[in-house]
Amino acid sequence: MSATAEPAIRVRGVTKSFKALPVLRGVDFDVAAGTVFALLGSNGAGKTTLVRILSTLLKADGGSASVHGHDVADSPEAVRESISLTGQFAAVDEVLSGRENLVLVARLRHLEQPGAIADELLARFSLTDAAHRRAGTYSGGMRRRLDIAMSLIGDPPVIVLDEPTTGLDPQTRIEVWQTVTQLAAQGTTVLLTTQYLDEAEHLADRIAILHEGTIIQNGTLAELKQLLPPATVEYVEKQPTLEEVFLALVGADARTTRKEPQ
Amino acid sequence: MTAFALTDTGTLTGRSLRHILRSPDTIITTAVTPVALMLLFVFVLGGAISTGSDESYVNYLLPGILLITIASGVAYTSYRLFLDLKGGIVERFQSMPIARSSVLWAHVLTSLAANLVSVAIVIGVALLLGFRTGASPLAWLAVAGILILFTLALTWVAVIAGLSAKSVDGASAFSYPLIFLPFISSAFVPTATMPGPVAWFAENQPVTSIVNTMRALFAGQPVGAEIWVALAWLAGILAVACGFAVLAYRRRLR
Repeated sequence: MSATAEPAIRVRGVTKSFKALPVLRGVDFDVAAGTVFALLGSNGAGKTTLVRILSTLLKADGGSASVHGHDVADSPEAVRESISLTGQFAAVDEVLSGRENLVLVARLRHLEQPGAIADELLARFSLTDAAHRRAGTYSGGMRRRLDIAMSLIGDPPVIVLDEPTTGLDPQTRIEVWQTVTQLAAQGTTVLLTTQYLDEAEHLADRIAILHEGTIIQNGTLAELKQLLPPATVEYVEKQPTLEEVFLALVGADARTTRKEPQ
Repeated sequence: MTAFALTDTGTLTGRSLRHILRSPDTIITTAVTPVALMLLFVFVLGGAISTGSDESYVNYLLPGILLITIASGVAYTSYRLFLDLKGGIVERFQSMPIARSSVLWAHVLTSLAANLVSVAIVIGVALLLGFRTGASPLAWLAVAGILILFTLALTWVAVIAGLSAKSVDGASAFSYPLIFLPFISSAFVPTATMPGPVAWFAENQPVTSIVNTMRALFAGQPVGAEIWVALAWLAGILAVACGFAVLAYRRRLR
């Protein structure tokens, strides 16, 4: 990670409440350009709220956030040019075919030759055979691949994947992981939210733990692991897994699931 | 990004028109109920209804039937908008650099196209049932203009319903009173035959002035001052509904 470049995402003191319920209580973090950053948290921790603020779908109550150097409050249009969102619930148009979905997004991003862009992405995501079938007939994995392909159109420098593997079978999950790894290799900045600890462990350069509306820990996997001494040094050669670090840091109430308000 | 407002609206309208072409049943369904009502009134009830004119009854009732067609057709707009919101595709569109208003305009223009097709089908059936008009091209143009205004006004009401509904049923429930309104108007029987308070309501609600204007246009008679009452109602509903729809749309972004 280069320390000199401006961070691709900068979040400072962001707060957000829904009515009387505070969801974000002052969130701070940076995502360096070209890295994969995982935002880890249980249901209700505020991950989706934060993602919605970064993609200008929601306004923060306080604090500031910028994407690719553009402030989300002052220049939301420039932010929308730089960021692409893949939702928790794969938002594809089920009536349109996979190809038509891609062409639609390419048109909305005002690109030349939307058809050629669509064909290229279909090939890249192994969807060429299903190109002319309605997206509603796709399997969960194909849908998610189409969803991610749609968010890559226009080569946005920052991609947000909000719980990209929630509800996917292990095989499809690995496919999505491979896609994320490829993106990172191309220099795209990826902000990944997940409640799966192994996912963060596999993919992320840095991991931040969002708990009860604040970032309670932020570091590389190695740094996070150092936060706890090995559990049983004398008899067992066992490093703490990230899961153990996470649960120890957030305490037992991390297991209580609360619904995050939309 | 307002520079792209027109292209974005065009792109998104193309998308929802494609939805309709792939489920043309929505257009057929929209036309079926008004056609059935028309058959019922012309062949069952019409013989007992005295309109006080020499015109055939199908000529008398067609304007009201056309309004019912549109009132039931716009329910599909709130239904489609609700599904788009619920499915997350609207959020995807809004997170992209597009003119955000184009999401609503696309649904409005699609509604206009779909309803005009339904109206054309109903007019076609009315012609088979003996509907005849001596309306001049200019009068036809005026009728088309009124129907377009009526569709736009009700569609924006439908947009409010679609934006604020909590369930699929809720999204289309708003249209039931709208479908019912023509029954308490001059659409099927002259208002003079109604008891005092009902007649007063019927004469002062928007459907009566719209129906009377269209009836006069079809009959090739002067429309008189009623067209201005009709246009005032339509413009008023359109402006208020459009305003509230935009407010409801913005409120979602908080």
